Amino acid sequence: MQVYADNAATTKISKHALQAMLPCFETYYGNPSSLHTVGQEAKEVLDQARETVAKCLGCEAREIYFTSGGSEADNQAIRSAAFYGAKKGKKHIISTAFEHHAVLHTLNVLEKEGFEVTLLDVKEGHNITAQQVKDAIREDTCLVTCMYANNEIGSVLPIAQIGAICKEAGVPFHTDAVQAAGHIAIDVKAQNIDMLSLSGHKFHGPKGVGALYVRRGIPLRNLIDGGAQERGKRAGTENLPAIVGMAAALEDACNNLEENTKKVTDLRDKLIAGLEKIPHCALNGDRVNRLPNNVSFCFEGIEGESLLLYLDAQGISASSGSACTSGSLDPSHVLLAIGRVHDVAHGSLRLSLSHDNTEEEIDYILQAVPQVVELLRNMSPVWRDLQNGEREYIL
Amino acid sequence: MALYSEVVMDHFMHPRNVGVIENADGVGTVGNAKCGDIMKIYLKIENDTIVDVKFETFGCGSAIASSSMATEMIKGKPIEDALKLTNAAVAEALDGLPAHKMHCSVLAEEAIKSALKDYYDKNGIEYDHSIFPDCENCDHCHE
Repeated sequence: MQVYADNAATTKISKHALQAMLPCFETYYGNPSSLHTVGQEAKEVLDQARETVAKCLGCEAREIYFTSGGSEADNQAIRSAAFYGAKKGKKHIISTAFEHHAVLHTLNVLEKEGFEVTLLDVKEGHNITAQQVKDAIREDTCLVTCMYANNEIGSVLPIAQIGAICKEAGVPFHTDAVQAAGHIAIDVKAQNIDMLSLSGHKFHGPKGVGALYVRRGIPLRNLIDGGAQERGKRAGTENLPAIVGMAAALEDACNNLEENTKKVTDLRDKLIAGLEKIPHCALNGDRVNRLPNNVSFCFEGIEGESLLLYLDAQGISASSGSACTSGSLDPSHVLLAIGRVHDVAHGSLRLSLSHDNTEEEIDYILQAVPQVVELLRNMSPVWRDLQNGEREYIL
Repeated sequence: MALYSEVVMDHFMHPRNVGVIENADGVGTVGNAKCGDIMKIYLKIENDTIVDVKFETFGCGSAIASSSMATEMIKGKPIEDALKLTNAAVAEALDGLPAHKMHCSVLAEEAIKSALKDYYDKNGIEYDHSIFPDCENCDHCHE
């Protein structure tokens, strides 16, 4: 059996999204900036896609800027807010310790440029509270950037409450919603979100395309200079097929949100309940405020890459935050941020589902994972020491 | 292009010599759980020959494959030969390892040397200290 359970990494494109893209190669191939009919037809398709994305987020079409993906959107939002903050002498940014690297590494660069960054602690409940944001806001805070939902452990942050606090304090609020868009209902106006990043391939759209929502009135600075595309804020001929595919996928996701959420949440809960029966393991992430499709565990005494390879041999595609899978020597910064020590952070497993998964697939995973964990523990000197009492269990 | 060679995958999926030797003549452990790799080698030695060898490994695919291959390479061999086993030879026998996984073959070499050193120490056998790396302070994971 082949089971794809790595939908937080990327998703399979939906048939509807793929079908929507094809006319953009053969019929609407014009450049939307061209004055002739072929160009203007392409522009109409582009405008429609922008309307669709705006409708899904509860904003106006003119507030949507198409980008090459989530990372670009994050970079532009953060660098822009930093630039305009610095102009007013405000050089303090608030974020969280478990952001995606697209945010954290951008913040690292800004720190070198003289900004001060406060990363909110996420150990308690594997999440942050709006109160933490409130307490961290200063006179010179120019941006709060908190992810909507964590990509590794699935915690969903209290976005509406953070939005309300930022609005009251007059601080721009950006959220990296790459894992949330298409999976959780988003209403940028009701939630007081000033800027939001999303990525097409996380909700069954194509890769290489994303969007940045920027509330009207929030100034936006270019990351890429050139032509006047995207209201002059993002140069480069629009990737129309990808934009149209993303819009179609997002529309599907939003139209079927309730049904898909129920289905995927049931599968997720079954998977969590089954894996929790394995001794000396722990669920990572917020158990209650959690992405419908995320399952993340640490298993004591084993290493994640071996776990992944054995699961792959059984047809199961999963992910791990172990050092060996990242190519670096440290395990995932997210797992360390929630307080998992190195020894157990190496033994992590993430299974991220989609509405394409079936109950039979969950049963198959639940049969495979305990066997592989046991096989690896039986050849692990760490596990032997734990069993003999020569080492203390952490989980 | 797969991450690992066929030989690595074979030794990972079907590791040789996994287990423990009770009352082993030499035992060596290198690495630590913090780094994500620990290898433990058990040796049974008779007449200066390694008559049996077992390993336990906590680590990634290449760590398990390196342990398996290294134990195969010294099984039935004189101690003298086992001392000459290099990480490069282990990696070559595995048909290569990705660059960032070469330290796994280093661990295998060090684990075997550490077990042989334990055998010498236990039996009061004189040896040249320079042939053994300082595994206590090994900093392979802090490179």
